[in-house]
Amino acid sequence: MRKPLTLRILSALDSKGWLALGVFLALALVVVPLLHLAVPEDSAFHLSTYFITLIGKIMCYALVAVAMDLIWGYGGILSLGHGLFFALGGYAFGMYLMRQIGRDGSYGADIPDFMVFLDWKEIPWFWSGSDSFLWVAILVIVVPALVAFIFGYFAFRSRIKGVYFSIITQALTYAAMLLFFRNETGFGGNNGFTDFKRVLGFSVTSPETRLVLFGLTAVMLAVTLVFASWLVKSKFGRVLTAIRDAESRVMFIGYNPLWYKLTIWVISAVLCGIAGALYVPQVGIINPSEMSPANSIEIAIWVAVGGRGTLIGPIIGAFVVNLAKSWFTVSFPEYWLFFLGLLFIVVTLMLPQGLVGLWKKLMARKEGAAA
Amino acid sequence: MILENTLDDRPEGSDGSDQMGHFVTGELDLSHGVALYLEDITVSFDGFKALNNLNLEIDAGELRCIIGPNGAGKTTMMDVITGKTRPDSGKAFFGQTIDLTRLTEPEIAHVGIGRKFQKPTIFEQHTVFENLELAMKTDKRVWKSLMAWLAGDERDRIAETLKLIRLNGEADRQAGLLSHGQKQWLEIGMLLMQEPKLLLLDEPVAGMTDDETMRTAELFVSLAGMHSLVVVEHDMAFVEKLGGLVTVLHEGSVLAEGDLATVQNDQRVIEVYLGR
Repeated sequence: MRKPLTLRILSALDSKGWLALGVFLALALVVVPLLHLAVPEDSAFHLSTYFITLIGKIMCYALVAVAMDLIWGYGGILSLGHGLFFALGGYAFGMYLMRQIGRDGSYGADIPDFMVFLDWKEIPWFWSGSDSFLWVAILVIVVPALVAFIFGYFAFRSRIKGVYFSIITQALTYAAMLLFFRNETGFGGNNGFTDFKRVLGFSVTSPETRLVLFGLTAVMLAVTLVFASWLVKSKFGRVLTAIRDAESRVMFIGYNPLWYKLTIWVISAVLCGIAGALYVPQVGIINPSEMSPANSIEIAIWVAVGGRGTLIGPIIGAFVVNLAKSWFTVSFPEYWLFFLGLLFIVVTLMLPQGLVGLWKKLMARKEGAAA
Repeated sequence: MILENTLDDRPEGSDGSDQMGHFVTGELDLSHGVALYLEDITVSFDGFKALNNLNLEIDAGELRCIIGPNGAGKTTMMDVITGKTRPDSGKAFFGQTIDLTRLTEPEIAHVGIGRKFQKPTIFEQHTVFENLELAMKTDKRVWKSLMAWLAGDERDRIAETLKLIRLNGEADRQAGLLSHGQKQWLEIGMLLMQEPKLLLLDEPVAGMTDDETMRTAELFVSLAGMHSLVVVEHDMAFVEKLGGLVTVLHEGSVLAEGDLATVQNDQRVIEVYLGR
């Protein structure tokens, strides 16, 4: 602790990075709200609710992509089950949103509609406290952390690596999906949670609430980026990449990889949980399909497209793939999966470093030509 | 079954329940002058005995060379000492008190045993400086690494080592771009940063030029006394230059021991090397 922490956090990004981050936050917190609220709807500069929701959603995905990059790009551990942690955070916050509906549900009961449907008389024990925002905020962090810790501890302790680890994470999220599909599990079965009315007493559909959620997501993304950047530039980050490249060497110089992997794994899971919690009120629904294996694979594709091990790459990847997805699913819905598959093949074969790698290569060529 | 294959040849007894910070209570005790003590070590892989009742004693400050034909068990012996492989039977002690068969790899590194692999294993994506920084003896728990910031004296130590391994001009170079010989030196430098009491060096001069080989020999000779060194090597000129005792391994046990000249004139050794 010879150098103050604030100074070290400042050195997480270079001056260009801080500038870009400032511009991003100014856009998200000032320009977007102004264009949404102050500019009349018929103006060409007006930003629609659709746009706000779409970008807000993609920023949540970008957060997940950064979390994935920490574990995959820097830790060398490919998780194909990150959708689980995202969904757990989403479900935890969804519980709160369900309780906020109060008696405004279809049955006008004190308990959420799906419980009435199951003929339950009162809130089950694991829902207790879910009407408290603070408690749920804790759950959003603790539940993914705990699941990740327990799973990660046994997996890393047994030195499960590579494709075996990926397959097990995939199985984990699939098993969780089947569990959440059951009505008796107590999380709304295959319908999940929806029809939210309020968050902290404010209407979830009002433009102001949407903008606040949008702004919070942007801030969270920015904070995560700075945090992740600090993390990978610390000695911890160097040990982590060393484990990725030569694990036995790391052990023989006296580091225990178990705790390093477990730390980054849990951090990654928690970030996903927070992203899920921000996602649910903006999108208005959470159901077990978020845990489907395909969703988790898609997360890996965002990171691969953007560029692993670069932090900014995954954000770019999440935006590019999801903007393409929302365009495709409107214009040519039947071709989306073909496009996704094609994208994955092209990136794997021709752009191993993703879009960021392509950009760097082009810049290097330009410099080479100039010199 | 799939899982078992990924367990990295660690038989039962090593459930990996290594807790951070619980690194070995026993202090290294070299009071009887013995740094490493192996007794009746046997390791078998699917019935093949890689080590067969191996006995070996290394004195504190000694420089010992281990030679032997391929498959004699040299690398397996190092695996046993560093905790990568658990022996089926036998004792392995570091000093008087530390039972190596009960420790994990990171714990063994912490008590003071450093290992250089046959194939240079360095962190190719990191710079030369970072390679040494990561190896440096310090608290290696997660929290400490998160908060770590190099102090002046630590930078000085890295600079000293860089000079010793003649890479002071390459500090910021990516380690993967070094020549083979330089990589070998970097790995030796990493070993020194750990400040080990016992160094295990598996073919340290493979791929080095004659000049580099001789300089390595000088370095090792200067390290002996302060450290104990166990060097596995095929290069006889190098072994000769190192001086010291030579142990010949064959089919997992010690065939002969003595200075190089004695060993080279031993009839059994000649048979093992030339007979077949």
